[in-house]
Amino acid sequence: MHWIDYVNPHSVREATELLAEHGESARILAGGTDLLVLLRGGTMDNVNLVVDGKSIPELNEVTYDPQAGLTLGAAVPCYKIYNNQAVAHAYPGLIDTASLIGGTQIQGRATLGGNLCNAAPSGDSIPAMIALSGVANIAGPSGNRSVPVEDFCTAPRQTVLKRGEMLVSLHFPPPVPNSGARYLRFIPRNEMDIAVAGAGVSVVLDNGTIKSARVSLASVAPTPLFVKEAGEALVGMPATEESVRIASGLARDAARPITDMRGTIEYRKHLCEVLTRRALLTAIERAKEA
Amino acid sequence: MTTTAYEPNMVLVNETFDVVGTRPIRHDGADKVTGRALYGADFDTAGLLHGKILRSPHAHARIKSIDTSKAEALPGVLAIVTAKDLPTTKAGVIVDFGEGNMELKYLRDNILASDKALYKGHAIAAVAASSPHVAEEAAALIDVQYEVLEPVLTAPEGMKEGAPLVHEDLKTEELGEKTDKSSNLASHFRHTKGDLDQGFQEADIVVEREFNTVTVHQGYIEPHPATALWNQDGRLHIWCSTQGAFVVRDSCAQILDIPVSQIRVVPMEIGGGFGGKINVYLEPVAALLSKKTGHAVKIVMSRADCFEGTGPTPGSYVKVKIGAKNDGTITAAHAYLAYEAGAYPGSPVGAGGMCVFSAYDIDNVVIDGYDVVVNKPKTAAYRAPGAPNAAFATEQVVDELANKLGMDPIDLRLKNAAKEGTRRADGPVFPRIGCVEVLEAMKSHPHYSAPLEGPNRGRGVSIGFWFNIGLASSCSISVNDDGTINLVEGSTDIGGTRASIAMQAAEVLGIAAEDVRPSVADTDSVGYTAVTGGSRTTFATGWAAYEAAQDVKRQMIERAATVWEVDADSVEFDKGAFKSKTDPELSMSFKDLAGRLSSTGGPIVGRAAVNPQGAGGSFAGNIVDVEVDPETGKVEVLRFTAVQDVGKAIHPSYVEGQMQGGSAQGIGWALNEEYYMGEQGQMTNTSLLDYRMPTSLDLPMIDTVIVEVANPGHPFGVRGVGEANIIPPTPAIANAIHSATGLRLERLPMNPGAVTEAGWKQRK
Ligand SMILES: Cc1cc2nc3c(=O)[nH]c(=O)nc-3n(C[C@H](O)[C@H](O)[C@H](O)COP(=O)(O)OP(=O)(O)OC[C@H]3O[C@@H](n4cnc5c(N)ncnc54)[C@H](O)[C@@H]3O)c2cc1C
Repeated sequence: MHWIDYVNPHSVREATELLAEHGESARILAGGTDLLVLLRGGTMDNVNLVVDGKSIPELNEVTYDPQAGLTLGAAVPCYKIYNNQAVAHAYPGLIDTASLIGGTQIQGRATLGGNLCNAAPSGDSIPAMIALSGVANIAGPSGNRSVPVEDFCTAPRQTVLKRGEMLVSLHFPPPVPNSGARYLRFIPRNEMDIAVAGAGVSVVLDNGTIKSARVSLASVAPTPLFVKEAGEALVGMPATEESVRIASGLARDAARPITDMRGTIEYRKHLCEVLTRRALLTAIERAKEA
Repeated sequence: MTTTAYEPNMVLVNETFDVVGTRPIRHDGADKVTGRALYGADFDTAGLLHGKILRSPHAHARIKSIDTSKAEALPGVLAIVTAKDLPTTKAGVIVDFGEGNMELKYLRDNILASDKALYKGHAIAAVAASSPHVAEEAAALIDVQYEVLEPVLTAPEGMKEGAPLVHEDLKTEELGEKTDKSSNLASHFRHTKGDLDQGFQEADIVVEREFNTVTVHQGYIEPHPATALWNQDGRLHIWCSTQGAFVVRDSCAQILDIPVSQIRVVPMEIGGGFGGKINVYLEPVAALLSKKTGHAVKIVMSRADCFEGTGPTPGSYVKVKIGAKNDGTITAAHAYLAYEAGAYPGSPVGAGGMCVFSAYDIDNVVIDGYDVVVNKPKTAAYRAPGAPNAAFATEQVVDELANKLGMDPIDLRLKNAAKEGTRRADGPVFPRIGCVEVLEAMKSHPHYSAPLEGPNRGRGVSIGFWFNIGLASSCSISVNDDGTINLVEGSTDIGGTRASIAMQAAEVLGIAAEDVRPSVADTDSVGYTAVTGGSRTTFATGWAAYEAAQDVKRQMIERAATVWEVDADSVEFDKGAFKSKTDPELSMSFKDLAGRLSSTGGPIVGRAAVNPQGAGGSFAGNIVDVEVDPETGKVEVLRFTAVQDVGKAIHPSYVEGQMQGGSAQGIGWALNEEYYMGEQGQMTNTSLLDYRMPTSLDLPMIDTVIVEVANPGHPFGVRGVGEANIIPPTPAIANAIHSATGLRLERLPMNPGAVTEAGWKQRK
């Protein structure tokens, strides 16, 4: 029988030491909504140590400051994000995704950190975090480092984390005036489904002109995709549907999906255009209201 | 479930009842809502072992060898079984459980594969161990060598010349005659009526289309569980979740080659079946493991096991051609139905042929049905098995005819509706049926005349027919001295049948539904009772309860006569009281007499065993509004009205529940459910995350309209209501999508990708 040990460290150092010692056979446990499913499904047979991150103070941090931005500990569950009024007000684009992962029960456990470290192409929070210029704060045996979220996932279920490293927190810059963000995904049902495609976007406006924009896609490549060119194409353009169509066309072109049970290549590329367009239009509305 | 009285219900029977037609709380309700009811997987006993089945990873492969030595060596493993542990089978032995024949070899091979694995998920071997985890690990240590063969995955593919053969020895049965042609085509049947060519010549307009559907699963929430104890005295005890304890007993007797009297089956509570819990899968395996170990052995399926190792309903290819005159009279209809049987012959194509045109009175008809074996799990029953595949085709072709003729689609159906005296192409002449009444109820429903506002919205209608079945049921009733009765019956309760059966006995005896204690007994304790299936339970077991109550009544009248020292003929039973016809002084309530039984001659037990014919078919129709997202292809069901002729609704809430449940399953089938198969026949979406049944957020309120056209073949007019309701949703939704977008969807499921791609194709 396959036995798994569980430890509950109270410091980042304790945790990274365990991870360094056990390497691939150890995994951090945040909400467990991916990890437990994978362990039970027999796809992680090499794992024999689960390191709970929930008792480590840094992983539970939620601090928001209009000047410094938002720091979210890697073990903070979704419901704590959307129930925090200051955060909800400042980052509606983040709330789109925190309130959409799973359902109420799942949101009581699931974390954005876990969503990112799980590195599924379909991870719903990742394009939203990329759009918001999120940064992953990493701790490891040889010190701390920070990596932009768009560079974090390297392949399905693989990340930049090296032996002994763990995600401590996510950081988001403070929202600038006249900015807006939006995450939209497409699923055939209305809940409990994996994105056929998803689009996370953000825009900053300057008097009806787009000052900057970021576009990112889910479920249409081996990793969440940062479509830099789509955002750059909008810079200096009027905040209209016509401009948006140019960017959403670029998003469609950038998508590299496969045909599987969730959809065909053509359909998923088509959805990237639709979702990016719809998300950008809402983000522009939000920017105007902000 | 809605509990308020339904205003729109059309009640067409005049007889009034005291209990029948009311909505008492179900007798098993408290146990179920408090979580105390015991389901199959809850069973436990001393020394219980846990079993695990090793399944084929290939859709089609010859089994070259099975090496169990590593698994046997694992600590905690007590026994391993393979097909070698089953009795040897002589070829050509046919068994019959009342719901169709099957070759005994096929029946045994489906339990544990002997020579070939015929679908991914086919059981190959099984382990009994001290814990489920050890059993799982041991199963993975069994080394099976396969010679992988090319699979056949659809009916049209299977019928092609030169297709790989699923069974080398299977010979086609052509119009009832055995041929010596080896083929995946197990049989071809034909029903004819009138002169088809002549009928099409009379037509002013002809519509012909081809449709394809894919495999879908019943999706019951409780995975199959079974525990077996082969006792040292030779008796085999089985605790399982089943739609028919006697079918389990009889199947196991055949498969294990032991007398039925050596087997006792205890039906536990059941968490859904919909036809999928009639066949046995685990029970004989658990029995073999128990025989080898001397312990009780429990096996519980995973969700993936359910999808891959049980019996879904088939994918199909259906071609329908219908001709009509300009005034809407349908003159001819032809159907070509090719259904996937799965790994062994016996798809529900026969039932498809019985239902495909049965809502219509057509003079010239030909129905061709083809039963084709493929490398997928052997199909099993699923709610009106075979009929939805056929109706998806017929009801869209009829809709297109209505469009082309410029006729209202309900008027076109009414003009051609089947009625009493109409002969179906497959033979039977309809007794009193409610097809016209259902269509009229649809037409007069406010939903049908409500304006359809907003872009990308459409409305569709359709109707479906299911014949229902009778079969044997037994029941006994004993009278308690407090005036209540204990009712023992053999129908496992899936949809509230304890209540609907008890109510029929209560009606006869003039007591309240709450004064009946219904219980579902094991196979040692009640007379033979066929499956809970074919919408038969409230009809047939309800009838048995009615007769058993009549038996009690007769004996109670005799007892009253004895007490009063009068002639039994002079005593009558009216409104819950025994009365002398001549002496108004002599009157006693049911309760009073019940209290005096022990002092006046002893207990009274009524009993009945019935085998009724005249099940009386049921018609169900839908009105559906949808909105289609023109960019994503996603279909939102905005409004849904289900109308059904139920004969007599014994417990209207459970009738509504059946109508809503069938509609929900139909909506899932229409929009998202499918076995998504890889090229080598591997189902890739074996979880409820990826096999998308509708959640509560995907369904609108399903409004129900109960139409009551009493079935002359039942004392209270009951028709079975469990199945017809799953037939109309797929075509009604397809017709609504057509009305919203102009697209004819010829394929199920009509998921967002399919709708979008159909739009692209049309634009090209
Ligand atoms: C019913 C259900 C519905 C779901 N719906 C959605 C959905 O709609 N959208 C979606 O995107 N996902 C969905 N998921 C998946 C899952 O809930 C999310 O990915 C969730 O965000 C994972 O967070 P977690 O805290 O539970 O992660 P965990 O399961 O605890 O961890 C996930 C992975 O990340 C690693 N990890 C976690 N924290 C760290 C850390 N600090 N450092 C290094 N590695 C770490 C773990 O070792 C593990 O490999 C669903 C899951 C379920 C069961």
